Amino acid sequence: MRILVVEDDLEAQRYLVNGLKEAGHVVDDAADGDTGLTLALSRPYDVAIIDRMLPKMDGLRLVEEIREHGNSTPVLFLSALSEVDDRVKGLKAGGDDYLTKPYAFVELLARIDALMRRRHPSAVKTRLQVGDLELDLLTRTAKRNSSAIDLQPREFRLLEYLMRHAGQVVTRTMLLESVWEYHFDPQTNVIDVHISRLRAKIDKGFEAPLLHTVRGAGYMIRARA
Amino acid sequence: MRAPNVLRTLAFRIVLIYLVVFALSATAIVAFTYWNTGRALDAQTDQANETEVASLSEHYERFGLGGLSDAIANRSIHGGPELYLLVDTQQRPIAGNLDAWPETSAAGGDLVEFDYERRVGSGSERRRARGRIFALTGGFQLLVARDVYERHETERYFTTTLPWSVGLVVLLGVLGGALISRSFVKRLDSINRTSREIMAGDLSRRLPMGKSGDEFDVLAANLNRMLDRTERLMRGMRDVTDSIAHDLRTPLNRLRNRLEGALHTIDMGRGATGELEAAIEESDRLIATFNALLLIAEAEAGVAREAMAPVDLPGVVEGVAELYAPLADDKGVALAIAPGGAATIRGNGSLISQALANLIDNAIKYTPSGGKVKVAVEDRPAGVALSVSDSGPGIPAEDRARVLERFVRLEASRNSPGTGLGLSLVAAVARLHDAQFELADNRPGLKATLLFTGSAIRALPPPVHPRPFKAG
Repeated sequence: MRILVVEDDLEAQRYLVNGLKEAGHVVDDAADGDTGLTLALSRPYDVAIIDRMLPKMDGLRLVEEIREHGNSTPVLFLSALSEVDDRVKGLKAGGDDYLTKPYAFVELLARIDALMRRRHPSAVKTRLQVGDLELDLLTRTAKRNSSAIDLQPREFRLLEYLMRHAGQVVTRTMLLESVWEYHFDPQTNVIDVHISRLRAKIDKGFEAPLLHTVRGAGYMIRARA
Repeated sequence: MRAPNVLRTLAFRIVLIYLVVFALSATAIVAFTYWNTGRALDAQTDQANETEVASLSEHYERFGLGGLSDAIANRSIHGGPELYLLVDTQQRPIAGNLDAWPETSAAGGDLVEFDYERRVGSGSERRRARGRIFALTGGFQLLVARDVYERHETERYFTTTLPWSVGLVVLLGVLGGALISRSFVKRLDSINRTSREIMAGDLSRRLPMGKSGDEFDVLAANLNRMLDRTERLMRGMRDVTDSIAHDLRTPLNRLRNRLEGALHTIDMGRGATGELEAAIEESDRLIATFNALLLIAEAEAGVAREAMAPVDLPGVVEGVAELYAPLADDKGVALAIAPGGAATIRGNGSLISQALANLIDNAIKYTPSGGKVKVAVEDRPAGVALSVSDSGPGIPAEDRARVLERFVRLEASRNSPGTGLGLSLVAAVARLHDAQFELADNRPGLKATLLFTGSAIRALPPPVHPRPFKAG
């Protein structure tokens, strides 16, 4: 995947670029808004990672410019500011996701992974399937190996999010943001409890577990490879 | 509550006290002047009478009774204020312009005062006179007096007018006092209003200054200088926390990512992997602590004030309680929401959710299995209360203020996970919303209450209560 990184803090930029390259991506970088805009408009990118505070043209303006040129490259904002209204401003300006610094690298990878998939959506799905687990989005029902699984509405949303990102690492923060719409750190890891409940419903009594814990990162749902 | 009653201000009270003193002294001065003038007029009258008496008695001595009668008749013709009456031993009038010997009242010494009838046109009127009685040799008595009607009328006018004048003075004084106090109140009010805004966190506000350089302007200038200093200090503190965020959080995070990278790339023995994972968890906890500290700093600096919007409290409660329900369930703690009506406040929804999450998290953490945690939203007369009560061990009364400080954890909870910042954040969120945060005894357990008052509930339109359908 081809990724554009616009970040003025050179150390942070090097770290980001190296990390992305190690993860197998092709990376272009820019240290200010003007260069970032030139690059963004001259080549196609799968994802752009843009810092909010940039010299010459700030991140918000940069994304607005990109969008005005009809370019719909998914944008992930990076910001040192963690306020809710900042997040809202970023998303309003045309950003697709928002991550506050400092972030865990797995969090960033998981999010750009999610953004790139969003870019190439398969036809509107009414059913999701991972292994022998099926989710019917119209009737809001789940079944595994043809036996129905009784899910609470929130559990259904949790499973739906995991299955939409099947094979991808989904972090606890992503789950809290997308399934519960909270943007804060719960003191105790409440998400783990929800996951273990869900796991008890979908994996218990089956030989091959589908819901996996990815150490130091989060969770992933996938059928046995 | 906001517009102070003009009548209850200090300025008005001072004006009122001054007014009483002024009215009393003015009345005293006028009364003295009146008394003194009266005395002088009386003395003048007496003097004139004295002269008459002296001259008439001389006549009597020189010309006898006949001469005296002639003189009296002569003097009576003028119709002036002078009154004469000469009577014999049986008090029968001999000469004079009075018809009969009047009933007199003593007015000191041989002076008398009396009323008499005076012909005016066809009728007559009763008038007052003042004079003296002079006994002549041979049993005759001579009354020489002057009409003091004018003076008595003046006195009467004066005594009827005086209360009105005093009343007018008081009325004008009260009006003036109200005007003066109102201008005082207006200036004090603008100072108070600005102070309240500053207390609410807007440290950039300054008190309005007039051009006259009066006491109020001097006061405002001094307060403004004080605010400049406070703002500088606050900004310094914020800069320090920002520096912590930037200088410590970022390298800490890189450390975490390096550890993570090492975990993924290096194939190590089982023991080393476990150590690395533990190190990652440790750094995650540190990052969480920094994040919490920064959030508290932001909330305290009032930065999040701009993100204030209507917040549906029962909705917040429902959401957070749902998030924590499995956790409570796993621990065998019953988490319940008390039934309540709608309550919308003005605030930062995300921070209120986080504060509530911290409170519920704590309550579940410290409540033993089989216990209860209850979350309630109540519309009280004092404001809207959001409370979380548990049946755990509670917090001793003497420790309740201390646990709100940063990093304070009571001995009993040393071993449970947490940053020690949970309640500090709740307190900071409470301050941001001008809410009262109170920890109380739930007998047994702890009841934590956030009472939203003032600006959090004032700015909202009144709630629409469904009107009961009236039959008939």
